Amino acid sequence: MELTNEDVADILELLDSLPYDELDLRTSRFRLTLRRAAGGGWTQSRQETAEPRALDSAAGHDRGEPAAPGSTASGSTAPEGAAPGIVAGDDPGDRAGAAGPGADGTVTDATVTDATVTDSGAGLAEVAAPLPGTFYRAPRPGAAPFVEVGSQVSAGTVVAIVETMKLMNSVHAGTAGRVAQILIGNGEPVTQGAALMRIEPAQ
Amino acid sequence: MTHGFGRVLVANRGEIAARVIRTCARLGIETVLAASDADLDSVPARLADKVIRLGPGPASASYLSVEAVTSAAVAARADAVHPGYGFLSENARLPRALAAAGITFIGPAPRTLELTGDKLAAREQAVAAGIPVLPGEQVTPEDLAGAATGAELTRRVGLPALVKAAGGGGGRGLRVVRDPALLSAAVAMASAEAQAAFGDPRVYLERYVAPARHVEVQILGDGERVIHLGDRDCSVQRRYQKLIEEAPAPGLGGGLRERLHQAAVTLGAHLRYQGAGTVEFLLDVARGEFYFLEVNARVQVEHPVTEAVTGHDIVAEQIWIAEGRPLRLAQADVRLSGHAIECRLNAEDPERGFSPSPGTITSAAFPAGPGIRVDTHVQAGAPVPPHYDSLLAKVIAQGASRDQATDRLLAALARCQISGVQTNLALQRALIAAPEFRRGGVDTSYLERHLADSADPTATAETRAGVARD
Repeated sequence: MELTNEDVADILELLDSLPYDELDLRTSRFRLTLRRAAGGGWTQSRQETAEPRALDSAAGHDRGEPAAPGSTASGSTAPEGAAPGIVAGDDPGDRAGAAGPGADGTVTDATVTDATVTDSGAGLAEVAAPLPGTFYRAPRPGAAPFVEVGSQVSAGTVVAIVETMKLMNSVHAGTAGRVAQILIGNGEPVTQGAALMRIEPAQ
Repeated sequence: MTHGFGRVLVANRGEIAARVIRTCARLGIETVLAASDADLDSVPARLADKVIRLGPGPASASYLSVEAVTSAAVAARADAVHPGYGFLSENARLPRALAAAGITFIGPAPRTLELTGDKLAAREQAVAAGIPVLPGEQVTPEDLAGAATGAELTRRVGLPALVKAAGGGGGRGLRVVRDPALLSAAVAMASAEAQAAFGDPRVYLERYVAPARHVEVQILGDGERVIHLGDRDCSVQRRYQKLIEEAPAPGLGGGLRERLHQAAVTLGAHLRYQGAGTVEFLLDVARGEFYFLEVNARVQVEHPVTEAVTGHDIVAEQIWIAEGRPLRLAQADVRLSGHAIECRLNAEDPERGFSPSPGTITSAAFPAGPGIRVDTHVQAGAPVPPHYDSLLAKVIAQGASRDQATDRLLAALARCQISGVQTNLALQRALIAAPEFRRGGVDTSYLERHLADSADPTATAETRAGVARD
């Protein structure tokens, strides 16, 4: 049983005439808290408390398992060398058509703080992920990587991309020197602050 | 097939998955949510009758995999698949694969998706249907080898011009050319980018219009008959991402609104359109003329504003049509009343260049009350994964007039509270409260101008003075 928006409106209409400021409704499926807001009107906090129910064997293949759709889904890993740009079909619903300003250049770069640089063990500077996301070594599939082990870099050199929420974030070396280690494979997920590479600083 | 669906696989995530599940529940249709590993505990997973694992978190291995979605639909014994928006919703391979497995795709025919998904093909369809398009034509880097060709081309199309990717979307591969000398380089670069991003190097040149508004028309078709559900204005956008949408579009007088509606219906009829779709137009503010932009062959993010002013559930109509029935609405049944505005709340930080802000929601409260609708997939404890887009919630306010809808939306946004991730809530409140937006009919540069003004202390002081005088 699901409460519709209309149901909530009906409840609020009732509450409006009563001297209460809060209604806390708990069912086996959800919890709904309605509160009178300080500036007038109401707020709702909903918590869907029902546990997700994995498709059972009646319809799925795998008895007791969190129904994996057979072998195909598990075999459908990311394409080899998947890199930013290949997910062209992954359009967030309604990106607008060509209607506006700022149309020059690409639109996928978010401005983020540069990777933080911390000294690690052997005098190497660490390049950290500025955001959680997917690590890419090349600007697009099939392109040459930004850097290899041994590449000379300046602080502003772009050494990788981290894709977060469909935006491509450039990762800068942060330190001038030589790329000593690349710690993450292309297309791997990274957490914020994860070490991506180590740079041997120029003397 | 003319019998109703018993079970629908929802092959999407986020707010649209929750929204589709709610309509299915109301219609007595069982839902199975196909969820990636990142979404197995999500709000839509809790709302659905059942959940089936689709694959790993990254979309390329789950929501974008035709094979994964098709085998999930087969395993779930679904009668039909609702693709939502984005992901595979406009990919003709999905309906073809589903059809081979005897499963219905809730959306247009594969051939329609091919025609509308290719921007050059869509443009040709619009021309064939007699719909105005901007001056433009396909161009290859080789065409521009001779300098005379480039000059000839820019004379025909006019400058400034926009280089667009035929297979593109989301603003990728777009660039403005103002100087004929830079045309050749822009085309070469756009073509290379389009090849990399979409596997399709075709680009075309189209006249660039500014100031412009983005206006679109919602259509429904059953393959024989096409009707419209009125228009929407989506001019508040940043880098082609819409942020605020409303219905109806303000200030389309002098028969312009009727001509837009007619153009959309004509194109839909020409395409023998089956399902729900949107025909997008660019409105040249200075000339009062409109031009075809593209067809979005799916339910759109901003569909709730149309539902608010028409009273019709667009997802329910999609299902009805996909069940093989003729449209149950006639044009005369579509009556528009009042005004509705939608505001998208995204996990992004406008203060830091709109940097995306994944994380975990620690608390969330939304407005409730008459004329307010909130479509969301966030609640306390819900993760906002880095794999997907940043939409957290849509707040929709409806009123008898645009003023009332705006007042309600502002009051509603004042009661929104989302903690755990950064959001664009404060920016949205400022955008909607600004006098220019309140007057209605802003053009597509409104957001960038607002940001530039806020960044400039002098402009801010003037704005404050202006507000103080009011």
